[in-house]
Amino acid sequence: MGVMTMNKIEVTNLSKNYTTFQLRDVSFTIPKGYVTGFIGKNGAGKTTTIKSILSMINYDGLITIDSMDIEKMDFHQKIGVVMDDSFLAKDWTMKDVNQAMSIGYDNWDEAEFNKYLQDFAIDKSLKVKELSRGMKIKLMLAIALAHAANLLILDEPTSGLDPAMRDEFVSLISNFMKDENNTVLFSTHITQDLEAIADYIVFIDKGKMILAKEKDEFKKYFMILKGASENLSKIDESAILGKKLSSYNCEILIKKDSLLYVPEGFAEDIVTLDRIMVLFGREV
Amino acid sequence: MKIILINGSSTPLYEQIKNAVKNEILEGKLYCDEQLPSVRELSHELNVSILTVKKAYDELEKEGFITIRQGLGTFVAPISKNLHQEERQKEMEKHLIEACKIAKMIGTGRIDFLSMAEYLYGGDDDE
Repeated sequence: MGVMTMNKIEVTNLSKNYTTFQLRDVSFTIPKGYVTGFIGKNGAGKTTTIKSILSMINYDGLITIDSMDIEKMDFHQKIGVVMDDSFLAKDWTMKDVNQAMSIGYDNWDEAEFNKYLQDFAIDKSLKVKELSRGMKIKLMLAIALAHAANLLILDEPTSGLDPAMRDEFVSLISNFMKDENNTVLFSTHITQDLEAIADYIVFIDKGKMILAKEKDEFKKYFMILKGASENLSKIDESAILGKKLSSYNCEILIKKDSLLYVPEGFAEDIVTLDRIMVLFGREV
Repeated sequence: MKIILINGSSTPLYEQIKNAVKNEILEGKLYCDEQLPSVRELSHELNVSILTVKKAYDELEKEGFITIRQGLGTFVAPISKNLHQEERQKEMEKHLIEACKIAKMIGTGRIDFLSMAEYLYGGDDDE
């Protein structure tokens, strides 16, 4: 686009060994000033990667934020986190939350926090455990915005929210992005939320890096074909990235540039992030 | 400004945005030097990614419809009568090509086609 993009986060050769799961040599970058969607099935390694970026677990490899090794800095002041597991004590009221955050964050803005609570219709006398899932997510977002974070790391923020609340959440994120110094890493398996607002996509599967590209380029990398199952042999095995077979038809994920034309008996379907995730690596 | 985006359309979103802005300019609803919303403002309003709007603005600038002034914002460029005329001509050609295709498909000959065009042209002419 003619504009030089700087990287907010750089992950290089990130590896993590658990007995049942390995993250192997994952490398990608998150450009500053944009929304990057982080996708993969449940268990692909998204949360392990995010916990590494937040220094919540030990890992092998190098992770930098603003070109600095995260192990050598206190970067939490500038990061807002929205995760499934709230880091807030369940018995805290909103007043307690305010108190705790004002101690923890150098740039805590109480007035701003109160304004967001009001905008989000969260009563200050409520306790954390009394909040609905949607309200908890909004509370975490309010905390992120009230300490002047310029990087939001969102781990499955919209799972468990109804469509109207998801829409509202996505709109809040895009409002945050009005400032070009802000960056969002949005991890989710609900890819509809990313179809609209994500600028870049990072895709991992089974603990390995698959593809990272600008969203439109990412989708153009793939092709989805539908046809009769008996025609499957017409397609070169090495071009197939995944397939779903049923009694009446088959759906195939293809690396687009490995196929010159749509083979006879097949029709091209629209490529969505959702279908890519469903079909990738699938054998039957 | 009116921008309506159709999600399932075969026309990519950036192109839909580009065409919408272009039409507003050609129809005189946006004036020369009028400021357009910033890329980030518009992407928030339309619920599309920043790069989608950026792509639309970049192409509009390339085609001479808007000027992006660094640090100041995005403005409607002075549109010459020629550009106006050119755009309309392109539009007309597009329809004519389509009409020719259909004529060939149903086996309408050149002479019949032209006489139909002549008849329609005359019939539509109010002067």
